[in-house]
Amino acid sequence: MAQTDDYEASTRGGKADQLAEFEDTHKGLLGHLHNILHQAPALVPLIVLVLAVIIFGLLNDNFWRVSTLSLIFQQIGIVGILGIAQALVILTAGIDLSVGAIAVLSSVIMGQFTFRYGIPPPVAIACGLAAGGLMGSLNGILVAKLRIPPFITTLGTWQIFLAANYIYSANETIRSQELDAQAPQLKFWGSTFNVGDARVTYGVVLLLALVAIMAYVLRQTAWGRHVYAVGDDEEAAQLSGVNRSRQLIQVYTLAGFFCALAGWVMIGRFGSVSPSASTGQLGNIQAITAVVIGGISLFGGRGTIIGMFLGALIVGAFEMGLRLAGADAQWTFLLIGILIIAAVAVDQWIRKVSA
Amino acid sequence: MTDREPILKARNLVKRYGKVTAIDHCDFDLYPGEILAVIGDNGAGKSSLIKAVSGAVVPDAGEIWLEGKKVMFYNPIEAREAGIETVYQTLAMSPALSIADNMFMGREIRKEGFLGKYLRMLDKKKMEDFARKKLSDLGLMTIQNINQAVETLSGGQRQGVAVARAAAFGSKVIILDEPTAALGVKESRRVLELIQDVKSRGIPIILISHNMPHVFEVADRIHVHRLGKRLTVVDPKKCTMSDAVAYMTGAKEPDASQEAA
Repeated sequence: MAQTDDYEASTRGGKADQLAEFEDTHKGLLGHLHNILHQAPALVPLIVLVLAVIIFGLLNDNFWRVSTLSLIFQQIGIVGILGIAQALVILTAGIDLSVGAIAVLSSVIMGQFTFRYGIPPPVAIACGLAAGGLMGSLNGILVAKLRIPPFITTLGTWQIFLAANYIYSANETIRSQELDAQAPQLKFWGSTFNVGDARVTYGVVLLLALVAIMAYVLRQTAWGRHVYAVGDDEEAAQLSGVNRSRQLIQVYTLAGFFCALAGWVMIGRFGSVSPSASTGQLGNIQAITAVVIGGISLFGGRGTIIGMFLGALIVGAFEMGLRLAGADAQWTFLLIGILIIAAVAVDQWIRKVSA
Repeated sequence: MTDREPILKARNLVKRYGKVTAIDHCDFDLYPGEILAVIGDNGAGKSSLIKAVSGAVVPDAGEIWLEGKKVMFYNPIEAREAGIETVYQTLAMSPALSIADNMFMGREIRKEGFLGKYLRMLDKKKMEDFARKKLSDLGLMTIQNINQAVETLSGGQRQGVAVARAAAFGSKVIILDEPTAALGVKESRRVLELIQDVKSRGIPIILISHNMPHVFEVADRIHVHRLGKRLTVVDPKKCTMSDAVAYMTGAKEPDASQEAA
């Protein structure tokens, strides 16, 4: 040690000996906003939603009626559940293009098992849910074990599940009357009850319950923290003791199960089992839209289920509000498009860490 | 040296990546309570050696003993459970998660009773208190908000959290891979103090570093790695930095008089 000159001594004295402190040096209104959003990214969609509800209400008195608001909830029932599945996957820095296809194929399995093979509806429903989980786990295994990028994996399985759905069902729709006569359980989530003036479907209750459960799981359990860790920095998560591939497979499997639940809710909402339901083609895009507007980062590790739920509500409120205001339906898509880009721009800004 | 039993010992480790032999029948010894520095030129296989003893890679051949018992780690989690904690050069922290979340990643504490057992709820308060205590134990920094995301910390603070995590949980061996490489002069100083502090608690440390002044300051023995194997182990008191650098680059053959006892 004799030959070391004492170059470090020159860094001592004066202010140099102060410890690193965690004081916030990043002041100013914008800085404060940045800090707040960094901690609670779901605030952005909340503000947008509140503004949308106020503005659409001023444009048309009918918007604020309880029946209108309950209709918005009904319309986002399916997208909301698909959005939960999508949010889980996107939090791991993945993406799932097959959510809609899984939902439709699962609903077809529930219907065909009941009507083609005469299986009791509850068992057929259980089979459909299991099939959804299985489809999800196939995605998970391809992503985690074979390391195929999630976009490519699910682009492939989306086509596969959708084609399997048409082939297996022979493109036959099971109609409402048949369902009512033989398998009312399949339409369970479409049935309603009244709270005051508002008609509420069980599907909406299910969505609210799932949002609450998953918000709890992601925030309060180790499993949930690991979802964020894997999405944030996969390598770091692995080194600090998270089993990366097991976590990914579980996330995709759970997402598949939620998609199958959405498929079951679809039967109740549309009143029939239809292999050509638009959800198969558009479900993925609608779910991704809700997730992105809800402030979940496509780069993984940031965002909340509550945010996704607010994102879905924003889409629902825009569709309803613009229709009531008598605008061309294309205005909805135009505005949603702007919202998506704005949401991602805000996310980029939030992720810029104040150094 | 024969009278002391190494706490961590490896013999004849081999690791090949395709045609490249990263570890070539390498031996390794770490004795209780010491700081052992591992130095070597780029590509000498230091990292591979350390990964082999910390479970991040599985050696193709060779044996490892921890406290005299033969062990084999197939992943870092197994090594961690055996009491070997590693601070990787990349720090292995999730930037968007909080300090407390990061410290307990993979070993979270659940609440007692129904909430923890059936609802699997985490005991955040307990984890935060523990994290805060560990950070202040090490006199490391004045943390105001333990729920702060790690990405909002400076490089030195991050390093400090990573070292605190290892020190908090590493019961047998702590491995530090280039802990000062990314730090400024002042921050390096704090990390070196931290290393001394951990040593004073009796936990042996393996320090991988390129920084010769740092190595010569804190190490008790220096393992010189060259071409995938241990060339020699020198005593920093008997050897100059230039000698050590000459050994690791192959400019000079080791001199028996400088070897560590």
